[in-house]
Amino acid sequence: MSALLNKKYLPFYATVLVFVAIFLIGGATYRNFLSMRVLGNILADNSFIIIAATGATFVILSGGIDLSIGSMIGFVGVSVAVLDSLGWDPLSSAILMLIFGFAFGAFQGWVIDSLDIQPFIITLAGLFLLRGLCFMVTVNAVPITHEWADLYSDIRIRLPGKGLLRSSAMVMLASLAVAIFIAHFTRFGTNVYAIGGDRESARLMGVNIRRTTVMVYAVAGFYSALAGVVYALYTKSGYPLAGNTLELSAIASVVLGGTLLTGGVGMVAGTLFGGMILGLISTLIIFNGSLNSAWILISSGVLLFGFIVLHRFLVSSFDIGNGR
Amino acid sequence: MTFHKLFAASLSCALMSSAALAADYTIGFSQVGSEGDWRPAFSKNMQDEAGKYGVDLKFANAQGKQEEQLRAVRAFIAQGVDAIIIAPVVVTGWEDVLEEAKDAEIPVFLVDRDVDVDDKSLYVTRISADFNLEGKLAGAWLAAESLGNCKIVEMQGTTGSAPAIERKSGFEAVIDQFPAMEIVATQSGDFTTEGGKKVMEAFIKSTNNLDGICAAFAHNDNMQLGAIQAMKEAGLKPGKDVLMVSVDYVPAIVDAMKAGDANASVELRSAVAEFIYPVITDYLESPKDLDKWIVIPSDLHKAE
Repeated sequence: MSALLNKKYLPFYATVLVFVAIFLIGGATYRNFLSMRVLGNILADNSFIIIAATGATFVILSGGIDLSIGSMIGFVGVSVAVLDSLGWDPLSSAILMLIFGFAFGAFQGWVIDSLDIQPFIITLAGLFLLRGLCFMVTVNAVPITHEWADLYSDIRIRLPGKGLLRSSAMVMLASLAVAIFIAHFTRFGTNVYAIGGDRESARLMGVNIRRTTVMVYAVAGFYSALAGVVYALYTKSGYPLAGNTLELSAIASVVLGGTLLTGGVGMVAGTLFGGMILGLISTLIIFNGSLNSAWILISSGVLLFGFIVLHRFLVSSFDIGNGR
Repeated sequence: MTFHKLFAASLSCALMSSAALAADYTIGFSQVGSEGDWRPAFSKNMQDEAGKYGVDLKFANAQGKQEEQLRAVRAFIAQGVDAIIIAPVVVTGWEDVLEEAKDAEIPVFLVDRDVDVDDKSLYVTRISADFNLEGKLAGAWLAAESLGNCKIVEMQGTTGSAPAIERKSGFEAVIDQFPAMEIVATQSGDFTTEGGKKVMEAFIKSTNNLDGICAAFAHNDNMQLGAIQAMKEAGLKPGKDVLMVSVDYVPAIVDAMKAGDANASVELRSAVAEFIYPVITDYLESPKDLDKWIVIPSDLHKAE
């Protein structure tokens, strides 16, 4: 009971509350909004954002930032599509790209720690580099035609009320479960929270900062690459501009999910709800059908601002920023 | 007190919106984005005209992103609209969501671009202009005007783009009927004014000030406007020395036609709601198989 009321979970509860509130408001306003069908759509249509945001949660928990997410998604997407046109099956190219994502992330983490450079700058360089590589691979939309891609999209579980749990949603939920396990039940996870909370104390406590930082960015790179694979199979094509500015949606999902940008406080599960809130807002505006799509950005921005202020308030009133 | 006012206000608001919703059909329209001049005009026309056809239009702008377009189509399906209109961002990646629409028994209509699906039963029909016909109309006008005797310079659109390929082949299909008509020079001006100007400057040099050339055909008006500029700078009289025909009918070419610098332009309509809505509402009243492509007629406008 006392664990459930832990003040550390307050931002997470706020996120879930906002999600439920938006869902109910939508349901009261529009016919068919409050349905398993819409829930299934939101899980699938935002799966790649949530997967990428899950990886970014580790980075932000450690007190860093990763801007290379969107470009990684684009690069992985065009690579899978071009490898498909060369006769590769999607599984082999996915494995290759996941290894690439892990290695690229690890390299970014190594540079950040060993040269002691702001993660913002290093991952911004990563953003430009990977987006440039997209256009080196192809400048066109390339279809993915391998039959395994059809098999993948045919995997679906029927939910009550005409809802569908699609394969991209399943991959997302599985990768989220793994991330929750890593964050809350492993030594590495504890170290991430420790260096995000207070780097110096963590060092004094014997946490290997270099190794943890490299692993944090490697995990983020892996998850971004996985998001790229899911995106490519979801649209069954690779497009060099895909995932443009998606890193910002991912970071917004993490923050809406209750993770503090200063690091050390947050829950991976919150990121799921953060991503779904963004999806709900878009869906709500499409259901309305007469509002300009600019309202999606405006309402997301207002909500994000509100959450940051709320976090600030919670940190100063409950003192949840300091230590564990 | 304030709560009561608020309640009354929201109630009347709800009543008003339900009155506005007394349309015969709810239709979702997933538009590509708002690039260029033509597309926003097209979107606005669809939104403005919906009421006239008893349609409550749900409009979603995908801002050029396919994931947004897929999200919009799925939301329309979940909402249970009567029909869905898609102007696709790209031709690939549509099978899954079109199958979901089919399972939900919601008919899908394509406007503008095509989609690349094996199973053509996934959509009812595509309603759009025919680029090939535009090229034919330009060719037919030129054949009549020159009495079938004309040497032509051609400014092509972006190499490999559908409008460039189709307008060229339509134009050639007509002038091939006339032995004395031929294209003596052709080059891509990339659909831009600067591109058209550069290409025309090159033509002027290579043909000794357009000696013996009777007409200039441009795949769009912007290139033709650039060509007019180049010809004037070279001391030539576009529209008088050389017949000028192009496609799009943008306001600037209308001005050029009034000034006598251009002779004819084939209109690419943005006011196409009057062609699209009747097809859909007729289909919803009595579903039947339609041709997979319904062509929106193109009009050629001549200078006075």
